[in-house]
Amino acid sequence: MDLYTEGSPVTDTRAPDGPIEGRWDSRRFAAKLVNPANRRKLTVIVVGTGLAGGSAAATLAEQGYRVRSYCYQDSPRRAHSIAAQGGINAAKNYRNDGDSVHRLFYDTVKGGDFRSRESNVHRLAEVSVNIIDQCVAQGVPFAREYGGLLDTRSFGGAQVQRTFYARGQTGQQLLLGAYQALERQVGLGNVEMNTRHEMLELIVVDGRARGIVVRDLVTGEITTEFADAVVLASGGYGNVFYLSTNAKGCNVTATWRAHRQGAYFANPCYTQIHPTCIPVSGDHQSKLTLMSESLRNDGRVWVPKAEGDDRDPREIPEDERDYYLERIYPSFGNLVPRDIASRAAKNVCDEGRGVGPTRLGVYLDFADAIRRLGRKSIEAKYGNLFEMYERITGEDPYEVPMRIYPAVHYTMGGLWVDYDLQATIPGLFVIGEANFSDHGANRLGASALMQGLADGYFVLPNTIANYLAAGPFEKLEPSHPAAVDARRTVEERINRLLSVDGDRTVDSFHRELGQIMWEHCGMERSAAGLRKAVDEIRALREEFWQRVRIVGDADGLNQSLEKAGRVADFFELAELMCIDALHREESCGGHFRAEHQSPDGEAQRDDERFAYVAAWEYGTEQPVLHKEDLKFEYVHPTQRSYK
Amino acid sequence: MNLTLRIWRQTGPEDKGRMVTYQVEDISPDMSFLEMLDVLNERLTLAGEEPVAFDHDCREGICGMCGMMINGNAHGPQRGTTACQLHMRQFADGDTIDIEPWRARAFPVVKDLVVNRNAFDQIIAGGGFVTAPTGSAPEAHAAPVAKAEADAAFESAACIGCGACVAACPNGSGMLFTAAKVTQLSLLPQGQPERYTRVIGMVDSHDDAGFGGCTNAGECTVVCPKGIPLHTIGRLNRDYLAATAKHTGRS
Repeated sequence: MDLYTEGSPVTDTRAPDGPIEGRWDSRRFAAKLVNPANRRKLTVIVVGTGLAGGSAAATLAEQGYRVRSYCYQDSPRRAHSIAAQGGINAAKNYRNDGDSVHRLFYDTVKGGDFRSRESNVHRLAEVSVNIIDQCVAQGVPFAREYGGLLDTRSFGGAQVQRTFYARGQTGQQLLLGAYQALERQVGLGNVEMNTRHEMLELIVVDGRARGIVVRDLVTGEITTEFADAVVLASGGYGNVFYLSTNAKGCNVTATWRAHRQGAYFANPCYTQIHPTCIPVSGDHQSKLTLMSESLRNDGRVWVPKAEGDDRDPREIPEDERDYYLERIYPSFGNLVPRDIASRAAKNVCDEGRGVGPTRLGVYLDFADAIRRLGRKSIEAKYGNLFEMYERITGEDPYEVPMRIYPAVHYTMGGLWVDYDLQATIPGLFVIGEANFSDHGANRLGASALMQGLADGYFVLPNTIANYLAAGPFEKLEPSHPAAVDARRTVEERINRLLSVDGDRTVDSFHRELGQIMWEHCGMERSAAGLRKAVDEIRALREEFWQRVRIVGDADGLNQSLEKAGRVADFFELAELMCIDALHREESCGGHFRAEHQSPDGEAQRDDERFAYVAAWEYGTEQPVLHKEDLKFEYVHPTQRSYK
Repeated sequence: MNLTLRIWRQTGPEDKGRMVTYQVEDISPDMSFLEMLDVLNERLTLAGEEPVAFDHDCREGICGMCGMMINGNAHGPQRGTTACQLHMRQFADGDTIDIEPWRARAFPVVKDLVVNRNAFDQIIAGGGFVTAPTGSAPEAHAAPVAKAEADAAFESAACIGCGACVAACPNGSGMLFTAAKVTQLSLLPQGQPERYTRVIGMVDSHDDAGFGGCTNAGECTVVCPKGIPLHTIGRLNRDYLAATAKHTGRS
């Protein structure tokens, strides 16, 4: 293909050999350790304070390292992990329903449509049980049964009840647990917390990640900050679509800047479109709101059987409704994985059977559950979600079925990391949604919280020691040529953005970019559409740098300037996403190519040609593809079936 | 809808600040309050004026980043609702709406509607945690928690740290925020060992950060978007009294 070149394959992932159950143990045993007395001589920068970054910063500080933590929000507690609703998976098997570490491992590999690394996923399943213990010890108020023990529920893609939850606010409660552990270390003087600071460049010295360039968002001051290692926990890039369930500030800048410095970016086209979000109501829409997947435990998804049926849903009789998930997927029913539920919703809307003013919506109906369990019980389980729905739509979901439609929610792709969670730049570690590691082409519900905390509490603090054992590295000053260069790049970029002084707002460009991505790189992709998208993105990016208008200067708080820098990076990422989607001539998980589907419309993988991770190296002309072959020794790839 | 907005504009901490009047037209009742401000900011930008700075992030009422006084009410007229979840259908065509930042000694204005709430982090750092270093946790089922206690702890844990309670308080007190965390952790077995040192540490940090004292005015709980109940403050007071009687943590 003319849009990229291919380089040498990635061969060393640092994953140990041997039986999969023992790999994490053997890696930890083989890894070098740092003597407690030496840890305080070592500094680690952690960018981002969500579940991954917050838990990593707290844990590293507990271990005795000097930690410098950065977030763009006004408090580390605001990171977007806070908005995760439904729950966190763990293979505790408290239900005695056949769960085990191996089953969680199996479900996750299968759920990811056989595009993740077995060794990583197994480790994730192993440490899942420790996460629950850790969070309970911190005082996280999980839901409990009357006997005082922890309650669990089902989530998509699993037939066991392994999801622990705190009403519809699980992410909030887990994040506050990590945040409190982090603030404890701030209070003890072990963590230097820098709020309202944004990382704008990575500093690489002698091939090692040694620091970052940050902008103080309040004063506008740009500084260079150094450490012995840099950890990126800066989240996903779903906001490239403009409309998504991400917080408005979520961005790709930290990881994209690292990518431009040499870190490979893996599987950028794997994005998760969540099936249960509140539909778009108009052009003014600034973000989309998720309705937790847990609602599919009790809600039934349907559309009218007839096209263009405009009746009040309560007046449509049973035999004129199509409970399409239950019909097509009888064994998983409404609890099929997210990619499958989203595509099914798109299909019925494409058939003209969508509901609501825009016809881009399907019903999620609780009438049966309310009849069966009583309104009180539904209130106890989902009360806060129902209220949120009513506030946004003005409709009462206890009376009228909810309307839902898929929306961009999570990005499985991210910076490529080895088994140690280290990127291709030594000393750069990437954790949580920012890396690509555990979810393959589709993430199962309640697994993002698990991965964020697994990486931050249990994986990174072990693996980073192996790297830090070679430190402390040479002390650096802001006058070091690499730091001066990195800083100059940042300053020039800001000056360039401010000097355009055009006639279009940043948001207008972002919205247009999002439309291109949603149209061509969203729920269904095709070669022709993706090629068109690449051209359109390039043209729009050109226009952005000619016509964007940012009022104000760089010497203080300037939210338009912040947004403009992020959108500029989204343009570059968007192009790589389309190229990745174009090159992957198969369908898998969240990546659905119209040309590659089974006769009944399911995703059709091509394991012969595409059972690999696509790790992209930045190139000034064209990106360079490096393939990491995926081996499946324990979970044999099959056509994923939830029927 | 067409609306008149009177918005607090302040270029920085040193500026005195003033109310500035703007007109916005064609506002849809389905817009959120912040989307209405987006419309204004787009227009200001195209006219070469600086957009209104305001904090926001998740826009789904959970991150606690947004917050402003709307017609004198923290987060606006709708109970149990953050500014980002407030929708324009709560207003009528032709309304005049006053928009101001949180005003409290502990929350200095950064710019326009943006304030500095680092003082809340200081309160948590002062003791709002359970000391449980990673890896040291016992099995999760080692200590069962009665459902009623767990539910009550959850109710207090729902605090999003937005600061509305402080903005509404005539004394600028952060006691509801502090009490919510004290209550959550004192109801759980995991919170018991540090129960009394925690309450003293947090109250001291609260006072050091410049918050006013609590006089049980109760405005805080009325505006709280998460409905944190006032009786959490009673619980904090009881724990505080017990803690000082025990002479733990304070000489």
